[in-house]
Amino acid sequence: MSHQTLSTILFLLFVAITLGITFRASRSTKDAAGFYAGNRSFSGAQNGLAIGGDYMSAASFLGIAGTIALSGYDGFLYSIGFLVAWLVALLLVAELMRNSGKFTMADVLAFRMSPRPVRTAAGVSTIVVSIFYLLAQMVGAGALVGLLLGVTSPAGKALTIVAVGLLMIVYVVVGGMKGTTWVQIVKAVLLMGGATLITLLVLGKYGFNLSGLLGDAAAQSGKGEAFLNPGGKYGTEAQGLAGKLDLISLGLALVLGTAGLPHILIRFYTVPTAKEARKSVLWGIGIIGVFYLLTLVLGFGAAALVGGKAIAAQDKAGNTAAPMLAEAIGRAVFGEVGGTILLAVIAAVAFATILAVVAGLTLASSSSFAHDLYAHVFKRGQTTDREEIAVARIAAFVIGAVAIGLGILAQKQNVAFLVALAFAVAASGNLPAILYSLFWRRFNTSGAVWAIYGGLASALLLVIFSPVVSGAETSLIPGADFSWFPLSNPGLVSIPLGFLFGYLGTVLSKEHNAAKYAEIEVRSLTGVGAEKAAQH
Amino acid sequence: MTTRQHDSSLYEQIQSEERFQELKRRFRAWVFPMTAVFLVWYLLYVVLSAWARGFMGTKVLGNINVALIFGLLQFVSTFLIAWAYSRHAARRLDPLADEIRHEAEGRTDVKGGTE
Repeated sequence: MSHQTLSTILFLLFVAITLGITFRASRSTKDAAGFYAGNRSFSGAQNGLAIGGDYMSAASFLGIAGTIALSGYDGFLYSIGFLVAWLVALLLVAELMRNSGKFTMADVLAFRMSPRPVRTAAGVSTIVVSIFYLLAQMVGAGALVGLLLGVTSPAGKALTIVAVGLLMIVYVVVGGMKGTTWVQIVKAVLLMGGATLITLLVLGKYGFNLSGLLGDAAAQSGKGEAFLNPGGKYGTEAQGLAGKLDLISLGLALVLGTAGLPHILIRFYTVPTAKEARKSVLWGIGIIGVFYLLTLVLGFGAAALVGGKAIAAQDKAGNTAAPMLAEAIGRAVFGEVGGTILLAVIAAVAFATILAVVAGLTLASSSSFAHDLYAHVFKRGQTTDREEIAVARIAAFVIGAVAIGLGILAQKQNVAFLVALAFAVAASGNLPAILYSLFWRRFNTSGAVWAIYGGLASALLLVIFSPVVSGAETSLIPGADFSWFPLSNPGLVSIPLGFLFGYLGTVLSKEHNAAKYAEIEVRSLTGVGAEKAAQH
Repeated sequence: MTTRQHDSSLYEQIQSEERFQELKRRFRAWVFPMTAVFLVWYLLYVVLSAWARGFMGTKVLGNINVALIFGLLQFVSTFLIAWAYSRHAARRLDPLADEIRHEAEGRTDVKGGTE
């Protein structure tokens, strides 16, 4: 049996199991708390796994392993930013958010503000961030199937994108938060299992001598010791000062973006109490931390055992490094059949990874559309649960269709920058608004609106005028040059701007609601009046 | 939102109590400095990765260099801070927060939405 057939069978098995769970979960998505928050009935450990499943995208699994395999150490910089970011979520956001919000990020932002302008801004930002992230994953899915299953025609890739899109729509529309969470839990277990297995096999081959593995990787790379140092990909000496500032900018966006990503924030609502929210982040940090340590071995292992040349020949970005390593180590340890089986397993895990992440993103954006824009802005809060969920389901269809369409159109574009951009927008617009809301007495409607739109617009405009869009060989529009901002990640400028906009918007308006500040302060710290778990 | 009008005065009352102010102090006095610490520690790592490559490339043990150790220390510090926070919260924050919440919920009906 070829690895393609086996991969497909394993993947279909994953789909069958998760669809089964989703349809079971559909029984408890009859009301808003069920659909948006899974009745707040998940335990901290379950939600921690789901956080891992939601967060560890194909970009981090395949992308970081690939970056390390091809460029060495620099891939690790990404992992560290992605992990340290969780401390912001743990210390400043998770518990307070669980106590003061209900279903969406906007619930917290609009808490003591004039609801319509703030919910509109938060809804727009949620949908923009989620669609960027979603698009990167969809295009990645198309590329991945090409590489792993040998589908090379554009029609074949388009078909994959359609299939991924339809599956994520089904998970969200049928299973709501409960179904999506279970998909993420199953995926997290599979991903951790697969990554641990390959890591142990690789380390075993080197007698658990990390130094030996690193030495082999450096020698195979042809770059020698430089392969184990920073500077192989980001902020290379050739890029000069701009390159190094770009590295700082990326680092800031990664570490501050996570706690502003809507699909991550809504996970805190799926547990019954703030204590469980804390526990879920602790579990999440453990799982995500271990996972990135495994990725380090996978990346250097691929460099040592497969070799950069062979990896780059399959995919210039190195996205197939981890699957290729699985095949190589499987063959070395268990023979030909072992190689085929391990490759198939890792390929199937990669698809499961993509599915779980896109489902979370679709849920976050459709929830925000229905709960924030439709129910609170358009209908001014005069809706029923039933109507709101119906709108959320329709929104999931529409957003899914948009993501499929854009994903097919953008197939040939290099959209990897969209993930970093989503983090930058989240850090520049959402995070300032969230932190000010929770901690700054004086903060008001005008400040919230300024922070979100100001941060969002700064990040987007700076990217449009950066080498990402024009002026370089790798730009989206390589022929034109209207770039004047030298960094490809806007964070270094747009994050301070977001905080500044929030400050200016606040002091330029006299509005202030002391009673509502007392309420959010007491509620966020003590849980008095917080949403309870539903009894079902 | 499901909050009713009379709740606001209750929240302001709790806010003005010494006990709540103590909870807020304990929370902020731990969380704010620690956030500054881990952000500076992380930025130091990123800045050194950009500008101090000679130092980062220094070999310590076989092929294991300063860059790798520094990176792994970021993992260690993240795990330690997370563990320390959960300990601080369980010992110094939760008892006080629970006390205030139970009392408030006994005083009046401030239960959140129960749908």
